This record gives sequence, C-alpha cells and structure tokens, in this order.
Amino acid sequence: MIAGSRRWLLAALAAAFAVSWFSPHYNRYYLGVAMDVGIAVIMAVSLNLINGHTGQFSLGHAGFMAVGGFTAAKLTMLTSNAFFPLSLLVGGLMAACVGLIVGVPSLRLKGDYLAIVTLGFGEIIRVVFQNSQAFGAATGLTGIPKLTTLFWTWGAAAVTVYVVTSLVNSTYGCGFICVHDDEVAAAAIGVSPTRYKVTAFVVGAFFAGVAGGLYAHHKQVMQPDGFGFIRSIDFVVMVILGGMGRTAGVIAAAIVLTLLPEFLRVREFASYRMIIYSLLIIGLMMARPQGLFTFGKKSASSV
Amino acid sequence: MSASLLLDRVTLRFGGLTAVSELTLSVAGQELVGLIGPNGAGKTTVFNLITGVYAPTAGAITFNCRPTARLKAPQLARLGIARTFQNIRLFGSLSVFDNVRAAVQLHRPHGIRDALWRGRGFRKAEEAVAGQVMEILDIFRLAKLRDEPATSLPYGDQRRLEIVRALATRPRLLLLDEPAAGMNPTEKLDLMKLIRFVKDKFQIAVLLVEHDMQVVMGICQRVAVLDYGVKIAEGTPDQVRSDPKVIEAYLGDDHED
Repeated sequence: MIAGSRRWLLAALAAAFAVSWFSPHYNRYYLGVAMDVGIAVIMAVSLNLINGHTGQFSLGHAGFMAVGGFTAAKLTMLTSNAFFPLSLLVGGLMAACVGLIVGVPSLRLKGDYLAIVTLGFGEIIRVVFQNSQAFGAATGLTGIPKLTTLFWTWGAAAVTVYVVTSLVNSTYGCGFICVHDDEVAAAAIGVSPTRYKVTAFVVGAFFAGVAGGLYAHHKQVMQPDGFGFIRSIDFVVMVILGGMGRTAGVIAAAIVLTLLPEFLRVREFASYRMIIYSLLIIGLMMARPQGLFTFGKKSASSV
Repeated sequence: MSASLLLDRVTLRFGGLTAVSELTLSVAGQELVGLIGPNGAGKTTVFNLITGVYAPTAGAITFNCRPTARLKAPQLARLGIARTFQNIRLFGSLSVFDNVRAAVQLHRPHGIRDALWRGRGFRKAEEAVAGQVMEILDIFRLAKLRDEPATSLPYGDQRRLEIVRALATRPRLLLLDEPAAGMNPTEKLDLMKLIRFVKDKFQIAVLLVEHDMQVVMGICQRVAVLDYGVKIAEGTPDQVRSDPKVIEAYLGDDHED
C-alpha cells in the first residue's frame, strides 16, 4: 500500500481525465449525478478524517463547504474562467483558515459539546452569507460559470482519498486514532491531542472548501439556505453508515446515499422518495449501527 | 545522560486542604524507588504533580535540572518521562503493533509532509519504525500477538503492553501507577520480575507508586512512605519496615511481611 499509493493516485487521476474526455457524449442528467457523487465523496471522506479517524464529532461540515463555495464562485466571477483551478484552491484555503479559527478554541470541547459548537458555527456561516450583500444576501450567487467537469470532481475526490488515507496510514497518522481512542494516553506517549485535532479539522475543512467550489461551479447557484444543519447531517450520515474511520466504507456510503434519492425519483416512487429514503436510513441505523461496510477489525495499517 | 527527578519541598493545597506538604523526593540514575502510603495518603496526587496534571502551590519539580511544573504531558514525554496508568489505557481500536508504533513516533524524524509525499526516505523511516517496534515486542515476548487488537489480550499482557508502550518512547524515567492493581499473586510475581528486568535492560530509573506491600518491598531499592501528604519515612525496605512511624501509620501490628 505504501509503495503503490502514489501510483494509484496517478492512475485514478488519469482515469478521471479519460472518462471526462468523452463527457460531451454522455447523458447530461447522469453526468450531473456523477459529479454530485464526486462532491459527496470529497465531503464524506474529509469529514471522516475529523469524525471517524480522530473521533471529534463535527456537525458543521456544510459550513466549510459554503465558505469554499462562495469564495471560489466570487473569485471566478470577479476574474475570469481561467482562474477556476486557482479559485478552487483559494476556496479550500479560505475554508481551512476558518477551520483553524473555529477549531483552536472549540476543539477543547468534547463529544456533545463540540457537536453543538460546530453546529452553531455552521449556522453562523449560513447567516453571515445570508446577510452579506457582496455574496448576494438571501438570494445567493447566481450565474456562476459552469466550469466543474467530471475530471475536476473525480480528480479532487481521488486527491482527497489519497491525502486522508496517506495521513492516517503512517506512523504519524497513528496519532489520529490514538486521539480518537484515548486522549490522556495519547498525551502520555507524546502525541499532542490538540495538534492532531486541529490538523484533522484544518485538512477536513480544506477539502470541504474545495468541494464547495466544485459544487458552486456545477450547480451555478450558491444559496446560503442550502448549507445549513440538514446538509451537514447528510454527510454525517454517510460517515456513520460507512463505518466511522473506514475510508472504503465511507466512499461507498457517499455513492449510495447520493444515488439513492436520484433513483427514487423515477415514476411511482417520486412522491414518496424522501419518506423511503429516511425510512431506509432509520432501518440501516437499527440493523447495522456499526456501519454498513464494517467488516472485521480496524487497524491503522489496513484502512 | 541519566535521569534525575527532584521534588523540592513540594506543597499542593486544594483550598484549605493540604494534599501534599513539603515533600522532598528524588529519583536518580537507575534507581528503583517506591512510593507507598495508606489510602488517601496522597500517592496519586504526587503522581499527578509529576505528570503535570496539577501544578504545585509551592516548591519546585525538576527533571534533569529543568523545571517541569508548567509542562504538559506530551512535553514531559519528550523530556523522557513515561508513565503507565492505574486503569489500563491502551488504544482499543489499534493492534498491539500499532499501540507501540504510536509511541515510537515520538522520536520519528518524519511528519505530515513525508506521510503525504511517501518518498524513499519515508519508506525507510517507516521500515525503521517497524523494526524498532518488533524489536521491543520481541523482548517482551509479544511479537506473536502483533496483529491482535490490544484490548483482546489477557489482563497481565495488557499491563505488559502498556509498559512496553511507555518504554517505546525511550524514557529516562518510568512512572508506574499501581501496576499491581487487580493482579493475582502469580501475576504479581511476574510483574516484579518484569519491572526489575525493565530497569536493568533499559537502564532507566523507575518510580513505583503502589499499594501492594509485597511488590514494593520485594523490588524497590528505596522506599518513601507518605501519610496525610507528609513523608514520614524514607530508606531501604528493611529500614522502612522497622520504622515505628510507618508501622503505626500503615502496616499495623500484624503485617505479614
């Protein structure tokens, strides 16, 4: 795994590029769904670093997505389309900065308290964007150029998966799981819980920001209302359903939970789809609380 | 460089309660020192003072001449003070191997950048870490269990693994917080052998905070006795055992030693 992981990343990027090359020939609806899947994978895998591996229950991931999305969208609209990759990056960095500012004080809290603070943070972000004229206030930003392609979403998803697995899958990354298991014991062997928690938070926020940028240039509208608490819960459900701290499971859950509501859209299901969807989630939670894709033991060397 | 932990007239007050009073204690070189006392004497409080949980109200704590009272646990670990816990605290979702690996990383030259780039240097460093982990697991006959989840081991092995994990940070001083708690007589004998072995093999100082007379008297070179936060005696196990103050405070008239 260690030796081959960089090659694996390059292969994934090449595959994303190749598939994306023919995208003009694809059905536009399926193409859009495929991009949704890529964005969901980025969000879920990056949240998994915080909630799953490091065990810090964050409910504000959509907030970081909003920061990245609005920043990136505004930047391309102010400059030109050629700046798209750069504005994705700036959006990510902006989200990472916000992650740092929010993370340092709030990560002193644990469990429910941290969840509530991050939830509050997500709402603050939403309200700030709702009231700032520069970002279109309640209407949000419209007419964002459509620049997100299959390559960008899947490529970014591959990079996210690579970064998160590489981080966790190393001697350095053992620290994340140590902090998850027992902070006191982690501190006693020289693993600083604060440092690891903030690192997880900042890295997670960065990729959420990038996902936000991709989302903005895919949907072409950014509405503050779309990034509330409910949105964050969507990603938390993906992480829990995939099995906290299992990257492969979380990817699968992100794909399934993005496709499911789309498939339920067809014909007779259409009007019941949200009911079926929520019943499914409740059922899954009751049948497999440890996560759908959790098999066997977990160790840092087999993520 | 050998270790020297020095508590110089350390006092800790919680409001009106003096938990530790004018305690002077030193652990130097490769000594095995025991700290004993009846329930509520302040043993664990002293332990918490040394490990940075509490800051002393008065007095100074130094390790190798550096004041440590304001340092936090990770910094103490970096200075060379390792500890175990009264209630075993292993990393439950990690294997035996990874529990030790996490501790070895204290002295790793590589961090986040290398973990992401995964160049040749990183791979070499990871191999070196794995080598170190296996070496220390081998010494303690845990190599066979490397892939087992840490918390699936029997109690005695979990204790051993916790000591191994502490040793993997390459400490100068090992603090053991009631390691014999909850052990049966056979396990206690094994533990005594283990502690002596650790001290000799790794040439470190050991401070043992313990309740169990048999263990303390059996292996410690020097014993300090606490009662109501005051050190009432210090000396070899034989001296302490025959000290009338100690007998009165702790051992009683009918101790079996």
